[in-house]
Amino acid sequence: MSRIPLSALIGLFFTGTFFFVAIFAQWLAPYGLNEIAGDVWEEPSKTFLLGTDTVGRDLLSRMIYGAQVTIFIATMATALSFITGSILGFSAAVIGGWYDQILSRLVDLFMSIPSLILALVILSVMQVSIPVLIVVMGLLDSTRVYRLARAVAVDIAVMDYVEAAKLRGEGTGWIIFREILPNALSPLVAELGLRFIFAVLFVSTLSFLGLGVQPPLADWGGIVKENKDGLVYGISAALLPAFAIAALAISVNLVADWVLNRTTSLKGGRGA
Amino acid sequence: MTVNGPVLHMINIKIGATAYPPGERPRDVTLVDGVSLTLARGKVLGLIGESGAGKSTIGLASMAYGRGGVRLTGGEVIVNGRDILKGGTAGLRALRGREVTYVSQSAAASFNPAKRLMEQVIESCLTHGVMDRAAAEKRAVTLFRKLGLPNPETFGDRYPHQVSGGQLQRAMTAMALCPKPDLVVFDEPTTALDVTTQIDVLMAIKEAIRDTGVAALYITHDLAVVAQVSDEIMVLRNGKTVEWGTTDQIINAPREPYTQALVSVRSHEHPEKPPAAEPVLTVEAVTARYRSVPIDVLKNVSVEIAPGRTLAVVGESGSGKSTLARAITGLLPPSRGRIRFAGRPLSADLAGRTKDDLRELQMIYQMADVAMNPRQTVGTIIGRPLEFYFELRGAERDKRVQELLDQIEMGKGFADRYPAELSGGQKQRVCIARSLAAKPRLIICDEVTSALDPLVAEGILKLLLDLQAQENVAYLFITHDLATVRAIADSIAVMYKGEVVRYGLKSDVLAPPFDNYTDLLLSSVPEMRLGWLEEVIAHRKMESAGN
Amino acid sequence: MHPIVRLVLQRVGLGLVLLLAVSVLIFLGTEALPGDVAQAILGQSATPESLANLREQLGLNVPATTRYFNWLWGILHGDLGTSLTNGSDIAADIGKRLGNTLFLAFWAAIIAVPLAITLGLVAVRYRNRWPDRLISGVTLATISLPEFVVGYILMYLLTVKVQLFSPIATISDSMGLGEKLYTIALPVMVLVLVVLAHMMRMTRAAILNVMQSAYIETAELKGLRPFKIISRHAFPNAIAPVVNVVMLNLAYLVVGVVVVEVVFVYPGMGQYLVDHVSKRDVPVVQACGLIFAAVYIGLNILADVISILANPRLRHPK
Repeated sequence: MSRIPLSALIGLFFTGTFFFVAIFAQWLAPYGLNEIAGDVWEEPSKTFLLGTDTVGRDLLSRMIYGAQVTIFIATMATALSFITGSILGFSAAVIGGWYDQILSRLVDLFMSIPSLILALVILSVMQVSIPVLIVVMGLLDSTRVYRLARAVAVDIAVMDYVEAAKLRGEGTGWIIFREILPNALSPLVAELGLRFIFAVLFVSTLSFLGLGVQPPLADWGGIVKENKDGLVYGISAALLPAFAIAALAISVNLVADWVLNRTTSLKGGRGA
Repeated sequence: MTVNGPVLHMINIKIGATAYPPGERPRDVTLVDGVSLTLARGKVLGLIGESGAGKSTIGLASMAYGRGGVRLTGGEVIVNGRDILKGGTAGLRALRGREVTYVSQSAAASFNPAKRLMEQVIESCLTHGVMDRAAAEKRAVTLFRKLGLPNPETFGDRYPHQVSGGQLQRAMTAMALCPKPDLVVFDEPTTALDVTTQIDVLMAIKEAIRDTGVAALYITHDLAVVAQVSDEIMVLRNGKTVEWGTTDQIINAPREPYTQALVSVRSHEHPEKPPAAEPVLTVEAVTARYRSVPIDVLKNVSVEIAPGRTLAVVGESGSGKSTLARAITGLLPPSRGRIRFAGRPLSADLAGRTKDDLRELQMIYQMADVAMNPRQTVGTIIGRPLEFYFELRGAERDKRVQELLDQIEMGKGFADRYPAELSGGQKQRVCIARSLAAKPRLIICDEVTSALDPLVAEGILKLLLDLQAQENVAYLFITHDLATVRAIADSIAVMYKGEVVRYGLKSDVLAPPFDNYTDLLLSSVPEMRLGWLEEVIAHRKMESAGN
Repeated sequence: MHPIVRLVLQRVGLGLVLLLAVSVLIFLGTEALPGDVAQAILGQSATPESLANLREQLGLNVPATTRYFNWLWGILHGDLGTSLTNGSDIAADIGKRLGNTLFLAFWAAIIAVPLAITLGLVAVRYRNRWPDRLISGVTLATISLPEFVVGYILMYLLTVKVQLFSPIATISDSMGLGEKLYTIALPVMVLVLVVLAHMMRMTRAAILNVMQSAYIETAELKGLRPFKIISRHAFPNAIAPVVNVVMLNLAYLVVGVVVVEVVFVYPGMGQYLVDHVSKRDVPVVQACGLIFAAVYIGLNILADVISILANPRLRHPK
């Protein structure tokens, strides 16, 4: 059994903690999400462990609920982008022909505008809600997953063992799920981590610009936005969610790195 | 600088590296363990061995160079009377490219794609101040001419991608000889070339060595080739010296069993068996082309294979032999012609074939590493055809898998292993078992021994012959190596540029009179006897003088 | 025609076609999505009359294809439409702001590019030793932060803790160059940090790739000094991939600029776009989206063209 490097352990610990907090937010938060319990921008104290925010709500509770919202949206969006991107990418690689051409050109088109710009354009005409955010983010990001999945699948599809399966008479389903997929897992899993991080950063940025999660709900990006005016006066309330975002992103990065190194070294990992 | 005494003297050198197996502690491995050699001025020493023997490592060690963390861990290397390990980096830089130069296996990758050839060929002359630019360019042109390169005066103006592989290999030789070195290390210089190109390059190298009087280390795994150019031969195995003697002694009177095995590997002949029944495969006037390219890659090809017999399809790269396999398996439907298999017409396209068609026609690939799914166990790989074609499952299937493993001479315990844990020969055996599992009538063997070491390849050929006798299965054996053909074929088809230029029983095909191409091909295959190369050179000079 | 000329023209042509397709995409994204655009703009409480008025004003009663071609026609003549919120000419507004944004991006690029290439070279020279690991670690941290986070951290450190700069980067024409540069110092720093991280990692990978080629080994075996090896053999082959990397990362600037302008209240295209997205000013959003896309595509085309021009196989065909 290979040893787990320290960096991966740290990553796992923090990622686990964040997810735990997100799942059990309702039981962990000392105050309500919008409960005005104290004065504006109070210092951290025994009653308010992280102080209060711009209207007097407990920052710790808002951070906890914010974790729930941020992580929920990011997870759902990543799941959507991954499932869509992988299925389309794999099938494009295996089926080829017109199907592949059309899909790839469409993806190229979507990728020729930065995601943020395209998201802003689309969100300018829609009622922004959590499902809308998840769908828009998921579909925009699926383009990148498509490219990777297709490239990985194409690399594998030209191997002789895939040709041997074809010559045997195996169906497309067998070829995708029993020949290609097991060998495509490791680069895909590493990408999963990166896509999640990107989703976290993306939704935070959108919320910061006022076009993400709308009140009464709040995510970390929105909390930064609410408290940013305090910075000029030396009130660091806005930095807390900022650091939380960074901490989550870095810890997931560490785990993803470890998974990538580990699975490529397994017997039968893809590549020599 | 002329010095009396040997050019190169290696005393008990040890070379090692650090291996970093994933998930475990790094450990040290020994690549070369106590090898000593002496090379006199103007002499050629051939280093021969299978892959992993350490020959390239030793060759590079003559310049105290190691790839990828490989380093000298013991012993002395003395060049021109100096211990090069004591000279520091400056000393090594002075040595490299000046006293000792290097010709690599892949000249195509070794040239800088962004610079013209002349620039690179004279670079070491200029760097080490051996001669000025004008003299260096003149010498380069002379070398180009000696090495038989076309348009020697303007050859240097070209870029690497504008000339062929064989020409690049010769250009690299010119680059190595330009600074008038004392020792040239030739590292498998002709291994990547076609047989007919190889002989030209070999002749060029031999003459250049003789004319310049330089000493050389000639590294290769092909004993026949090394016998043509070397004065002495050293046989290496697993980093140790097996035998060292004159070429005459090694070839004609080898002492060690390993050397004897290497020498005899090319001498097997398989008595041919004439066809006995209705052909199992008939290819009639097949013409084919790839969709994107408007040239026929197969032109009017017609061959037959009798049941239980072997047809060898011989040719060099671009001859169409692998394309023929693709046409037969249905991956490249022919534009004209038909194929009949086991007495019935075979659908041109893979999609139109019945399960029996697919089952009875099997294929084995050249690179066993990529021919097996690295995430499946040996048992799964061999067992899948049993499940797919014969609906065998569970204990019944496992039993049959074990029978097949016995047949390929691999015992118990292999069924649970993964391909990455097997050696090159074992991997190919598993691929053979996989195709046997389907109980085929015909197996297409696409260069199945070309990537293996000579002794391992011999084992595979022997296995294939035994299996043919047991199972009465026919082979379409694709290869570029004539010794293999002699060892396995009953009938032969020689292919050149998509056409069959010669076809018939082995004894007929290999007997004169020959067509031009077959003549060229047969005469280009190095034979393991001294003086063969000189004969060919003389013969060809005569021919071109006579024209 | 020389194959290189043909390839370059092909690539540029492809880029123009792509830009056209992007304009369709933007148009569809704003005017052809499910749901009523007018409803979304005016909200739930809009009266039927105001909805009808808005639809008339937006021209929604005309079929979509006609609207698209009208819009496209306008753009080709330099008319980007009029803003819904204040009726001003979009082209005029954008002109001013585009200049500002390019000013900001230019200075960020000028600092980031040489810095990234230098750091990339350092990382390769000391590969797997502490300078490389340090640089890798810092860039990993920077990539993991959204741009606005970097912005606020810097703002906190350099305007509050240490009162070095101003948190508001509003520049005006009346400022001299020096004053302008001082005002935009913080946003430029943020942009540099963001782009630097990506660019440096990719530069390192590109240079490493070249250094591991067989012809570098040949140069070493000829006894050349390390500096000569790098300058004569590695460098000519590294230009194309490094320039490619630089171009692609300058495209990152296009996105970073949007957020940075909002954080520092800088009067550029990014702030313009974000303001009008919340106000649901569709014509402005369309115009801005198209311009950003055009810059992004332009940079990518430039990257491709440079790759083509630097490839010796294409410059000197057989």
